[in-house]
Amino acid sequence: MNKALSVLVLFGLLTFCPRTWGGEFVVEVTRGQENAIPIAIVPFTAAEVAAASFDVAQLVSDDLSRSGRFKSMDRKDMIEEPHTGAGIAFDDWRRLGNDYILVGQMLPQGEDRYTISFELYNVLNRQRLLGYQISANRAGLRLASHQVADMVFDKILGIRGAFSTRIAYISVLGSLPTRTYRLIVADADGENPHIVMQSNEPLMSPAWSPDGQSLAYVSFENRLPSVYVQFLKTGERHRVSARAGVNQAPAWSPDAKKLALTLSTRDGNLDIYVLDLTTQALTRITDDPGIDTEPQWSKDGQSLYFTSDRAGGPQVYRVGIQPGDHPRRLTFQGNYNARPRISPDESQLAFVTQEDGAYRIAVMDLKGRGDVQVLTKGRFDVSPSYAPNGAMIIYASRDRGRGVLALVSADGRVQERLVSSEGEVQEPAWSPF
Amino acid sequence: MGHSMKRMVSIACLLATAALLAGCPKKATIVEPPTAGTQVPGGSNAGQGASTNPLGGDAGTLGVGADGAYATGPLARRIIYFDFDKSDIKPEFADLITTHARNLTAHPNLKLKLEGNTDERGTREYNIGLGERRAQAVRRALMLQGVAESQLTTVSFGAERPAVEGDDESAWAQNRRVELVYMP
Repeated sequence: MNKALSVLVLFGLLTFCPRTWGGEFVVEVTRGQENAIPIAIVPFTAAEVAAASFDVAQLVSDDLSRSGRFKSMDRKDMIEEPHTGAGIAFDDWRRLGNDYILVGQMLPQGEDRYTISFELYNVLNRQRLLGYQISANRAGLRLASHQVADMVFDKILGIRGAFSTRIAYISVLGSLPTRTYRLIVADADGENPHIVMQSNEPLMSPAWSPDGQSLAYVSFENRLPSVYVQFLKTGERHRVSARAGVNQAPAWSPDAKKLALTLSTRDGNLDIYVLDLTTQALTRITDDPGIDTEPQWSKDGQSLYFTSDRAGGPQVYRVGIQPGDHPRRLTFQGNYNARPRISPDESQLAFVTQEDGAYRIAVMDLKGRGDVQVLTKGRFDVSPSYAPNGAMIIYASRDRGRGVLALVSADGRVQERLVSSEGEVQEPAWSPF
Repeated sequence: MGHSMKRMVSIACLLATAALLAGCPKKATIVEPPTAGTQVPGGSNAGQGASTNPLGGDAGTLGVGADGAYATGPLARRIIYFDFDKSDIKPEFADLITTHARNLTAHPNLKLKLEGNTDERGTREYNIGLGERRAQAVRRALMLQGVAESQLTTVSFGAERPAVEGDDESAWAQNRRVELVYMP
């Protein structure tokens, strides 16, 4: 049984909507990791079959290479193309410098149904590490392939793969004065984009619910800001805050029962509030004449990280949500540190810092001495968001005057850009698992 | 066997859940701008790029202040510009404030919306705060000259509605602004 392929069939579950938007991303790895793990990902089917249907191995290879942790062997250098473990000449693959090899097959099973079987081997000790079979329809092949990449990533690194997760972001199309703002949800690699919301007025600050089923965001429809919560599956949405003044920066509590928000008093003082989504009770968390905004919850749901300029320029603070707690300042280097996001294990804080007049993504160690490292080199790098496994940070950048999405590993060693074929893209938010 | 089965089942559950969660996000209703007539993007402020001018297409409904006077007279100046990271009103805009303050005090039924904006630099939500601070600075200046609080509202678009595109100082200078929008 251990040697046999574990059979896994997902009847009809991998069904997707047709794509609603033609914008595609081109991934450019701008900086890779030197000690990337060499792996051979052998084509699952003959080239002509892959061209007609889907190239699973290419997508798995793209995912793993994009993580910066793997170096995928060039197909041109492969001297044979085994599809099962029995066909692997391990000595050859070892001589070609591979530590691991992934082999597999994609076979059509009647109309619009395919079976993907795959096996992962350690080339050095010939140990079989994975062996699975997945069934998917044509539209589900992309997700199925990301899941293969997730399993390989997890098996070799012991880190849960996030290739089959999603991103939300804002796209801005058209030129002034007529612009179209779209809230889009796409696969983590930028493919398969779907429009969640479209407006002729600004959309901002998408935030995933902890279960990944809903997005909270700010919409300026009617030229006033309101916070909405939209259920992705049905498109049904609720306006949860449309108070006088600003209604901004929604952030879900870890138990999904509350939203932290930025609201203002009549004289325009922005402070952080917590809205109980069940009872509608509103609790004021900060009370300071400066701008307090951009809240994010701690993992235990007991405190909020936020931006405040109470001391002059914007800095990152943390405050408990119980009454009477005093905010504690966390950032001290430089005069602009804003929009905190915590890593999934809360060991690291990512934020936007100003350096030589440029805005860049920095991280601060929360467990040790609070060391700060600036990860990016752009002039307009903002809106960092952690992958749910904490390995990468996606952020908004500029490339030749256009808003693009970019990625950097949490240690700064891997960098890449997702260049959209149209419009400006901004404010990426990575979904939970 | 037991271990392998267990692993198989747990992976199956994982995949099934992922597949279910990835269901189809239905496209939401396309939201059109507010009812025609209330806003005319790029109206009589064309020279400044994007802007709004409810008076441009709405002369008859306002009751006070003929459209012509707003389009060409001193009241046609309805944008106040700010220095980087600043919200204090520069002396060159004192006349503009006074002109509108007189108009508003003379016509207590008039309502004015103050739309605060920033340039693109910095974080988006913090910029909402800066835009609000600028709108509030104009609101206070108008109230100091006798305008009733009830005539004024503020909104901040932060960096989300630039007047002009571009990432240089000349574009930024035109985007750091408060627009005065008379409401019908």
